[in-house]
Amino acid sequence: MQMSFNALEEQRVKMNRCSPVLAGIFILGFFFAAPAMGADTIKIGVAGAHSGDLASYGLPTVKAVELVVNDLNASGGINGKKIELLVEDDVCKPEVATNTATKLVSQGAHIVIGHICSGATKAALPIYRDAGIIVMSPSATNPALTQSGEYPNFYRTIAADDAQAKTEVDFAINIIGAKKIAVIHDKGDYGKGLAEFAKTFIEQSGKAEVILYEGVTPGALDYSAVVQKIKRSDADAVIFGGYHPEASKIVTQMRKKRMDTVFISDDGVKDETFIKVAGKYAEGVYATGPADVTSNPITQAARKAHKKTYESDPGAFFDNAYAAALAVTNALARAGSTESAAIAEVLRQEDVATPFGLIHFDEQGDATGVGFSIYQVQNGTYVQVK
Amino acid sequence: MDYFVELLFSGLTRGSIYALIALGYTMVYGIIGLINFAHGEIYMIGAFTALIVSTVLSIYNMPLPAIIVLTVAASAIWAGAYGYTIEKLAYKPLRRAPRLSPLISAIGMSIFLQNYVLLAQTPDFLPFPALIPDFPFMEPIAGIVGSSDLVILATTTVIMVLLSLFIKFTRTGKAMRATSQDRTMAMLVGINVNRVISATFITGSALAAIGGLLIASHVGQINFFIGFIAGIKAFTAAVLGGIGSIPGAVLGSLILGLTESFATGYVSSDYEDVFAFSLLVLILIFRPSGLLGKAAAEKV
Repeated sequence: MQMSFNALEEQRVKMNRCSPVLAGIFILGFFFAAPAMGADTIKIGVAGAHSGDLASYGLPTVKAVELVVNDLNASGGINGKKIELLVEDDVCKPEVATNTATKLVSQGAHIVIGHICSGATKAALPIYRDAGIIVMSPSATNPALTQSGEYPNFYRTIAADDAQAKTEVDFAINIIGAKKIAVIHDKGDYGKGLAEFAKTFIEQSGKAEVILYEGVTPGALDYSAVVQKIKRSDADAVIFGGYHPEASKIVTQMRKKRMDTVFISDDGVKDETFIKVAGKYAEGVYATGPADVTSNPITQAARKAHKKTYESDPGAFFDNAYAAALAVTNALARAGSTESAAIAEVLRQEDVATPFGLIHFDEQGDATGVGFSIYQVQNGTYVQVK
Repeated sequence: MDYFVELLFSGLTRGSIYALIALGYTMVYGIIGLINFAHGEIYMIGAFTALIVSTVLSIYNMPLPAIIVLTVAASAIWAGAYGYTIEKLAYKPLRRAPRLSPLISAIGMSIFLQNYVLLAQTPDFLPFPALIPDFPFMEPIAGIVGSSDLVILATTTVIMVLLSLFIKFTRTGKAMRATSQDRTMAMLVGINVNRVISATFITGSALAAIGGLLIASHVGQINFFIGFIAGIKAFTAAVLGGIGSIPGAVLGSLILGLTESFATGYVSSDYEDVFAFSLLVLILIFRPSGLLGKAAAEKV
């Protein structure tokens, strides 16, 4: 009896000890109740900077995704399932982004649109990768995110930082057929960065060689010595990284020396001032610039919807985010499941109509068609040639 | 060989422009011992004046030779007027002040003029008309030496000869030499020193303006900031040759231009300035007063 009493007492003590845990489980149960209620919804996480200094980069993405998802939900969702958005703030900080990612994973997100900043994206990606969740960023431009091959679960609808150089090099090698390329830059962050990417791409291609790699001093009286060096190198094409004042001086002096070497430059040169200053010598110069999407009906519709719903014009990366939302929802619909492998298959194989036209994703996860186009000066104005 | 000749001409062209600007620095220094840091801005204003005048004249459909003559005259006179005014406003009141005061005044003037052109004209780059035409007879060697290289070299040579004659034989030239040797003595023998100083500023400014319009026509663009780097380089050239010495300024400019050109051509344009300024340091170590400094300065 005595023993059994003791045992009872012990049990009571145990129960008392247990009760907070039980209570906790109940409380947690309430939290889980909301997601659990919609067990047959598709959960799309939206992660990015939604407060703090960089909120203006993140919030337009939330709005873009909301617009796409609300439309879909209004017409019955994806394959009969409603879409539920899990919006989480990472304030663009890598250390916060890991928590954001963990939270989204534990909430059962099937796919994530985000993050916004490259640093935060990089910090969060391993967590999603280990959980087998696909992530699509509208704005993280760090080249290594896709090119390192470390994150097969990562996709993006924005051109990487080196995409401009890639476009230039592809154009020079494949369209112009250049075998010997002179890479010139203005020693600045932008120009030299671009020139370094271009140099790497040319070397990797194996189809052409970098015959000259030089930096010029911005503001120097003239560049005739460099121009002579280009001439002597017998280059088929010049790729210039920098801005229009140096570009126009170099082009002018090249043409005055009767050199018809192809001149390819960047969006620092794709500027009306360049044509104004270089005048007739600007003719035939190629420059890369973001593709013009304003005439695309999807872009126009998206902007109109944004104006109607939020009574303002869309912010940064809106087009990219809208494209990401369309690509993600399309992939979910076509795959017919929330399995990562099936979604990835669709993302890579099928074109989807977005503000940037038809896009799909390459092996590394970069969207094709969101990057830069080639423009050429023809009769005193830039004309898109590719 | 072609390549060497090309680099040689490119260096000489640059050197000529430096020389046209450096003369202003060195003449002013020779006379009143002041580094006129606003001189680069005079060069820029000369180029802007040339742009405005030639644009207006071409609206009236004038023949090119007439445009060239009027443009050169207008920008030389206008820049001369600027030089004269700057001296009266910024340096003359400080002539008896400690040496540092007019130097600061010169830097202030330089900043003022840059910003004045920025506000009154434009912060943008402007296209500059090709005042120097492509000569048909130059066509066979256009790839090696351009028409504008030739014109710049010829003009500079002519100007140098004229300037030497002017300083050697005219009354004003003799007065300049006297003033630079000893201002007090010059005053005692009846030379109007103020007029001599003004004449020096006007001459230097007119030369800089011609340099400005030549190079602007060569590269086809100007903006308000072109005077800064050109001024620094020309000043370097003047120091290299021995500041205060006229032949020194020309020699220094040509050496600087050629060094930059050959450094770019045979090494890398990344190191263009490194070579130019290393040369300056080396020469100043072995000849602290520049290549033709001191001894020659007294003969100015």
